[in-house]
Amino acid sequence: MSTAISTTEEVHAHGHDHDHDHEHEHHELGFIRKYIFSEDHKTIAKQYLISGILWAFIGGSLSIIFRLQLGFPDMSLEWLRPILGEWIDESGKLDKEFYLALVTMHGTIMVFFVLTAGLSGTFSNFLIPLQIGARDMASGFINMLSYWFFALSSVIMFSSLFIETGPASGGWVIYPPLSALPQAMPGSGLGMTLWLTSMALFIVSQLMGGINYICTIINLRTRGMTFTKMPLTIWSFFFTAVLGLLSFPVLLSAALLLIFDRSFGTSFYLSEIYIQGQALPNMGGSPILYQHLFWFLGHPEVYIVLLPALGMTSEVIATNARKPIFGYRAMIGSMMGITVLAFIVWAHHMFVTGMNPFLGSVFMFLTLIIAVPSAVKGFNYITTLWKGNIVFTPAMLFSIGLVSLFISGGVTGIILGNSALDINLHDTYFVVAHFHLVMGAASFFGLMAGVYHWFPKMFGRMMNKTAGYIHFWLTFVGVYAVFFPMHYTGIAGFPRRYYSFTALGNDGEAAFTDLNAFISVAAIITFSAQAIFFFNFFYSIFKGKRATQNPWKSNTLEWTTPIVPGHGNWEGEIPAVYRWPYDYSKPGAESDFIPQTVPHSATPESNLPEENDEIAKEKDIEGLLAAQNESYNR
Amino acid sequence: MNYLVGLLSVVFFILAIAVISKSLKLNKNLSGENESDSALDSHNNTNAVGFLLFWLFGTIAGVWSFIHAQPDFLPEAASEHGVRTDSMFWISMAIVTLAFFITNSLLFFFAFRYRNDNNRKATFYPVNHKLEIVWTIIPAIVMAILVFTGWRTWRDITSQAPSNAVVIEVTGHQFGWYVRYAGNDDSQLGNVNYKLIDETNNLGLDFSDKNTFDDFTANELHLPKGVPVLLKIRAQDVLHSVYLPFQRVKMDAVPGMPTKFWFTPTISTDEMRAKLGKKDFNFKLNCTEICGRGHFGMAITVFVDEPADFKKWTSEQKPFLTMNPAYLTKVPENLKAKASKYIPAEPIATDSTGTEAVSIK
Repeated sequence: MSTAISTTEEVHAHGHDHDHDHEHEHHELGFIRKYIFSEDHKTIAKQYLISGILWAFIGGSLSIIFRLQLGFPDMSLEWLRPILGEWIDESGKLDKEFYLALVTMHGTIMVFFVLTAGLSGTFSNFLIPLQIGARDMASGFINMLSYWFFALSSVIMFSSLFIETGPASGGWVIYPPLSALPQAMPGSGLGMTLWLTSMALFIVSQLMGGINYICTIINLRTRGMTFTKMPLTIWSFFFTAVLGLLSFPVLLSAALLLIFDRSFGTSFYLSEIYIQGQALPNMGGSPILYQHLFWFLGHPEVYIVLLPALGMTSEVIATNARKPIFGYRAMIGSMMGITVLAFIVWAHHMFVTGMNPFLGSVFMFLTLIIAVPSAVKGFNYITTLWKGNIVFTPAMLFSIGLVSLFISGGVTGIILGNSALDINLHDTYFVVAHFHLVMGAASFFGLMAGVYHWFPKMFGRMMNKTAGYIHFWLTFVGVYAVFFPMHYTGIAGFPRRYYSFTALGNDGEAAFTDLNAFISVAAIITFSAQAIFFFNFFYSIFKGKRATQNPWKSNTLEWTTPIVPGHGNWEGEIPAVYRWPYDYSKPGAESDFIPQTVPHSATPESNLPEENDEIAKEKDIEGLLAAQNESYNR
Repeated sequence: MNYLVGLLSVVFFILAIAVISKSLKLNKNLSGENESDSALDSHNNTNAVGFLLFWLFGTIAGVWSFIHAQPDFLPEAASEHGVRTDSMFWISMAIVTLAFFITNSLLFFFAFRYRNDNNRKATFYPVNHKLEIVWTIIPAIVMAILVFTGWRTWRDITSQAPSNAVVIEVTGHQFGWYVRYAGNDDSQLGNVNYKLIDETNNLGLDFSDKNTFDDFTANELHLPKGVPVLLKIRAQDVLHSVYLPFQRVKMDAVPGMPTKFWFTPTISTDEMRAKLGKKDFNFKLNCTEICGRGHFGMAITVFVDEPADFKKWTSEQKPFLTMNPAYLTKVPENLKAKASKYIPAEPIATDSTGTEAVSIK
């Protein structure tokens, strides 16, 4: 990190004369400011990534424990007693409440801590400044706060795993009254308080992050980087941030009202309750209100998780197919469509909650509309591969895997979004299969694609490719082996969050004993396969092969920085941008890629007719240099 | 079996470590500083073939597993609307499976077909508006058709229950279901009030309402075949959800907000037993909204009877007041005369109406 220089210093070094009326900081940052309380977006991104990986390990382990129960209901789990202690009951079985706690915490951790913070937090932070040509985020300080609020929220959530009454156990949606009444289940006591506290801090962190991403994208683009020249990654981060900024506050209000109901005797969600031999005084509240508020975030959350993955995949697929992304504007348009529609489909999670059926019809219409932009995205990815010249890097493999999972999980959404069909499928394994494929696995594959692709930029070293291939194939086969058969148990009517299926009666559970065991074994193998990634990742940080300037021959701006970019990202001027990021395999061009920094005047042999008009604008773009430096120098 | 799993994971783990160390070593040997920095390596074709193999084996596994699992899917729906939603489900499933298969096949085939070849250059093909319009409109039309048929079915299912519907109340609690019938004399359910709940009157029946007098409760749900049934659904403590898998019925039970679902059972328990060749087959009512420790065991048995049998069964049931004459004291003076006709001359043993969930150990 010897290249760390402050922006002011850099501008100064390039001989722009201005008044020296402010203090220049020339000192090296100490360890704490550099690696822990860092304001550098790259360090913050790495902090998010490593936190996300650790959380993924915890979240995955929890799922393995409950898969043991589901796949092998007769198995003695006595050997887990050293870890789980009292959560293994006298007969050597998993405690029934702890089973629900596992399901709840698995969902919470994966959705929020891994796929929101670990995915969007990492790559929005890392890529936004690097790909739009900015020295850092709009506010490095708020960015740092964002991570540390997340870290605090992580510590609280993590600590809730160890308390005697257990962590929150009412499902990741924490529907009241179950979550509001400690007498309903032990997990609704201290565990739920910690859950709510942790999520409130998490939301604060998300909002600070989101505001920063939006400000940075709007204000700090380098000269020439118009909105229609931005890589699709940046577009996806932008929409993600907008979604988060508008929907997370609603979750906060839902959580606050729940806190009031739990602690201050209000009745927002509680009415006419008789529990444990006691009639509660609460009247007039509505559990349905909570569900509306929750899903007003909950549904956009699906896209908060998925859009960054789709954005990064667009970039990786175009780069490695050596072809422009097909339908760049259609991709932006469909992401925009998804963003808008994401806000008005939430009640499709509530068709059979007792909500007015007319409302159900409205939400069915809106929900099935959102399938159209999603389908367009799928088709565009496939067409991008068509007649490409595909290089299968591990990132590319994971991106293709994402497209496959996105399609496979997406199509069943058409069935679940149909309220008449949802009656029988609601809260069955069909739903579990659907959202794990389309949101869980697809986003996870996006995360992996991002790590493999941008690892060289993050750490200046390469990850081992062979280990990457093995990791991909095991994971890809494994994910399908786990989630595809779940559709079958769903069609057979198996409800989710069931400790065992014996009460379905008529030996119904016997038919799928083998299948459930198969799913569990597949889950264990898939989870174990992540060890390959784990080792590869940490080994390569220190011992990986040194990266080259532009290992994937990509067009985007981040590959014009030094191999290990220092503070401020570019040592000289920030480069100007003259073209879109997808000029791969352009007819007439010598090389099969033309970076965004190459002006059209330098490539007369490959310019399309309309691009010759762009040459005239190059002077204007150059003219913005002084203004740009001025803005950093202010 | 647990040994098998343990063994499998250990073997796998060792394999994984072996593979990594080997490949890392290999990499170290190769990583001379002058090595070409191309992202391409000798595995490019292997990975391309991998997608083709994945497609091939995936298709085989998908088809085989579907055929294998199919006999265990829920059998033919045992209600009128269920037959409709089932056929719509399988039609939708066919459409999406087709889309799923075609798009995935193209994806994997293109990945294989257009793998890197140094003698070839990718085709610069950034946009084609016609194509985009076509594949925007086709899904839109398919969606529109699906939405419209789905909406019509949904509208019919959620319409007002017919006036001849048999009204039955189902109340969820941790962890079981109470069932109440409107009685043999009036077909009106009496009021309930959660503040009146006690150990015997666990529904909180309100005896100031004369409709309550003939209401009777049961430990199991009896339904008449071929007659519309209106389920009035309540919850006492937390959310529950009424789920009749075979009748394709699902509706949440919400504390403080009664919900409802009406349907017409079409297959009696006896007919279903004959159909499945299982003498001891029974329909069930399960819970599908997480409600705590005993959620998974919260079930009662459902009997669908021929209308005559159903009548016979209901006529044999004794009103709650008959079973628990002590509650006559709760009846207001002006209704005492009306209520006392339900009080037997000889007091009979009190009986708790509580339904037991499948035992939860």
